[in-house]
Parts: sequence; C-alpha cells; structure tokens
Amino acid sequence: MRIFFHIGRYFLMIKYTFTKFTKWSVLKKLIFQEIEDLIIGSVGIVAFMSFLIGGVVAIQTALAIENPLLPGNLIGFATRQSVILEFAPTLISIIMAGKVGSFITSSIGTMRVTEQIDALEVMGINSFNYLVFPKIISLLLYPFLITLAMFLGILGGYIASVYAGFSTSFDFIQGIQLDFKVFHIIYTYIKTILFAFVLATIPSYHGFFMKGGALEVGKASNISFVWTSSVIIIINFIVTQLLLA
Amino acid sequence: MIEVNKISKSFNNIKIIKDISATFEKGKTNLIIGQSGSGKTVLMKCLLGLHEVDNGDILFDGEKFQKEEISKISDLRKKMGMVFQGSALFDSMSVIDNIMFPLRMFSNSSQSEMEDRAREVIRRVDLKDVDEKFPSEISGGMKKRVAIARAIVLNPKYLFCDEPNSGLDPKTAIIIDKLIQEITVEYNITTVVNTHDMNSVMEIGDKIIFLVEGKKIWEGNNNEILDTDDKMINDFVYSSELFKKVKLTQKK
Repeated sequence: MRIFFHIGRYFLMIKYTFTKFTKWSVLKKLIFQEIEDLIIGSVGIVAFMSFLIGGVVAIQTALAIENPLLPGNLIGFATRQSVILEFAPTLISIIMAGKVGSFITSSIGTMRVTEQIDALEVMGINSFNYLVFPKIISLLLYPFLITLAMFLGILGGYIASVYAGFSTSFDFIQGIQLDFKVFHIIYTYIKTILFAFVLATIPSYHGFFMKGGALEVGKASNISFVWTSSVIIIINFIVTQLLLA
Repeated sequence: MIEVNKISKSFNNIKIIKDISATFEKGKTNLIIGQSGSGKTVLMKCLLGLHEVDNGDILFDGEKFQKEEISKISDLRKKMGMVFQGSALFDSMSVIDNIMFPLRMFSNSSQSEMEDRAREVIRRVDLKDVDEKFPSEISGGMKKRVAIARAIVLNPKYLFCDEPNSGLDPKTAIIIDKLIQEITVEYNITTVVNTHDMNSVMEIGDKIIFLVEGKKIWEGNNNEILDTDDKMINDFVYSSELFKKVKLTQKK
C-alpha cells in the first residue's frame, strides 16, 4: 500500500512543479546551468559507451551468423536495428539513471539535509518549480544525446566489423540502409522523451523527500537509481507493445 | 508582533506542541528556550508555516496564517527572514550571490542596485573581503553573518533564528547574539530566536518562553529568569557550573 502513497506524492510533486513559477530571469540561468550539468556533462560517457556498445553488437552479430548463405549486409542491418531501437535509447537511459539520476538525487538530497530547501520555502519560493522544472526543461535536449548515441553506436559497429574483417564497408553501409523505417526513429524519440521526463523527476522525488543525514543521501541515490531504471524498463515495455507490436 | 493562540502539532499521533499561546513582541528579541526535544524547532517551523498546525491560530500583526491562501502566504514569507541552525547557504553561490538571492527573486532592482544593497548589509554584519568566496571557504561565524545578511536584505518584518550560535566559540556566539539584537532594534522587527544557550538568554533575552515537552511552562525576561522559583526553570538554568557559581555569588 505504501507504493500508492509514493505514487500519489510523486504526481503531486509534478503538479507543484508546474505551479507558481520562479522569476524567468532566474529560471533561465538555472536551465542553462542544468543543460551544462545534465546534458553537456554526459556527452563524454554517452559517446564512449555508445561507440563500444555498437562495436560489440556488430561483433556478436558477425560471430552468430557463420552461415555463408546469409547476406553480408546482415551485420549492418542488425547493428542499426539493435542500436536505434534498444541500445541507444534504453541502455543509455539506464546508464544515465546512474549518472544523472544519482547526481540529481544527491544534489537535491544534500540541499534537503542542509536546510537549503527549507530556506527556499521560507523565502516564499516554490522549491519544486525552482529545482525540478529546470531539470525537466534541460532534459528536453536529451533526444540530441540519444541521436549522438545512435550515430556513434552505428559508427562503432562499422569500425569493428569492417576493420576486424567481419564485413566489407559496402555490405555494412548497404545493411544500414536496408528496409529503413522512419517510424522506428519516431518510436525511439517517443521513448526518449518519456525516459527524459523519468530521468528528471524520479531522482528529484527521491532527493526531495529523503529524511536523515549524509548516509541517507547515499541510500536515496541508490534507491533512486533502482526506481528510475525499473520505470524506464516498464515504460520501454509498454511503449514497445503499444507502438511496435 | 506575532500572536500564537493555543496551537498544537502532532507527528504520528504524538503531540509535540501542546496548546501553546504566546506573544512575540515587535522590536524585541523573543527567545524560545528549552532542552533538546522540547519542541522549540517544531514551534518555530509552525510559525514559519513549514509545519501546518493541528489546531489554534497564528497571527502576524493581526493577520491569520492560513494554508489555503497561497498568495497571502507567499506575500507574508517575503516579509520573513530566517537564519537556520546550519546557516543553509546555497553551496553553489558565492557569498554576495547568496545575499542577493532574495533581491533577485523578489525585487525589480537593477544588478548594480542589488549589489549596492548586498554590500550595505555585508558591511552591517561586519564582513570583509568575502564577497566572492563560496560558503565552503568561510568560517562558521562568517556563515552565520552571511545568513543574517541574507535574512535582512529585504528589510523583513519578522526575523527567525534557529540556534544561531550553535557550533560557534563563546566569543563569536556573543558577537552573533549582539548583532541579532542590534538588528532587531535598528530595523524595529519581531525577532524570534530558538536557543538552549544560557549565555544567549542572559545577553539578548528581552522576552523568553520556556518549553518543556511541548508545553509552555514559563514566560518572562532575562532579569526574571534567575529569580524564578520554578524548579524546571532552575534545573535548566543552573545545569551549567558557571550559572551555579553566579547564583552562589548572588546569594553571598
């Protein structure tokens, strides 16, 4: 039954986030700061992970299809499908739940522990809007990060398969272009936007409502990662069932 | 002036504040004293509206504080300044940005006007060469001064201080206490201070409310507190060896 209490409180937090707005001149600075922390600060890890994951997907596919009757462009095709449909949006989002989610929970949690949130409230500032809204807006740029992940994932697959001798450059590029459906990209962006919202709000919720001291900030970050990644996987399942099945 | 009429507050069916009535006077330093766990902080958070009271009224210059009237609460909060126990300065901002924060949020002044006002209150709390430093780079006493400066930058009508000298050495604690008292008189504001430090009580206790297990059991000032016959007050006041010696000297 406690879960319903948390779900209810989470939605109340979302409601309060979109009420009693902070002064635009202040909010603008906060949004740019969050873009730097959450998006630009994640470019490196996203690029690194996507490139290697793309390479691994291509090698695994090549090793699994030893039959000479199978077309050579299959590695490129499988890499593209895996990276675009799942690895870039879902796996990167789970990695981001660890990186960005923990950062959000611990920063808001520390503000709670050190009474900085109380200070905002006493000043008559809507702390939900002040702290959560800029995170939601900055994560609207999350699809750009996923686009980068898709590009680098496929590039990693290309380099791994061509330079390791599993496929020719021509076959791989032909595979990438084979049976391309624009709707798959739309499906990926729909998922990405939903994941971005989850990445901004669930860690914020865990930071906002944590109780205790420094040790509890660590525990809250941990619980926040578990819930954020679980909700991402549940949403992934539902959206895939609704849009692709 | 803040009037509190029979307010109570419970958490998980445990009554923390029990039917407290009190008046916190304008231009005076009003102290809420009591042992740890006596409900001082909860009472202050009720005054600030951070906790909703179960029953009773809180009146700010005759105006009632009701949770439903969000815009009224917001306006009222702009008239409040608060110094938290741990200072609650924003880690990501420099000292001057911390002090200018309420101005940025609520005034339409230009950047230079805000800076001038911030520097004025920085001078008032006797801070020097800390404008561009971050809270992690200054001492505990300086943090308290910055917190006081931030609390008074908007010329509040009510100033709340939660254990303002906790964690400070005795000399700095007295300086901070005196600063709070001077600001109270200078700005003619209603100041409420939570403390269990007897030095503060003797220094700045224009009006004192003594709490035991969530109940108000005594009210008076710093002259009266040493002469009262109330056993619980005496246990609290004379728990320190220094005050025991003071009492002995007085008797002699």
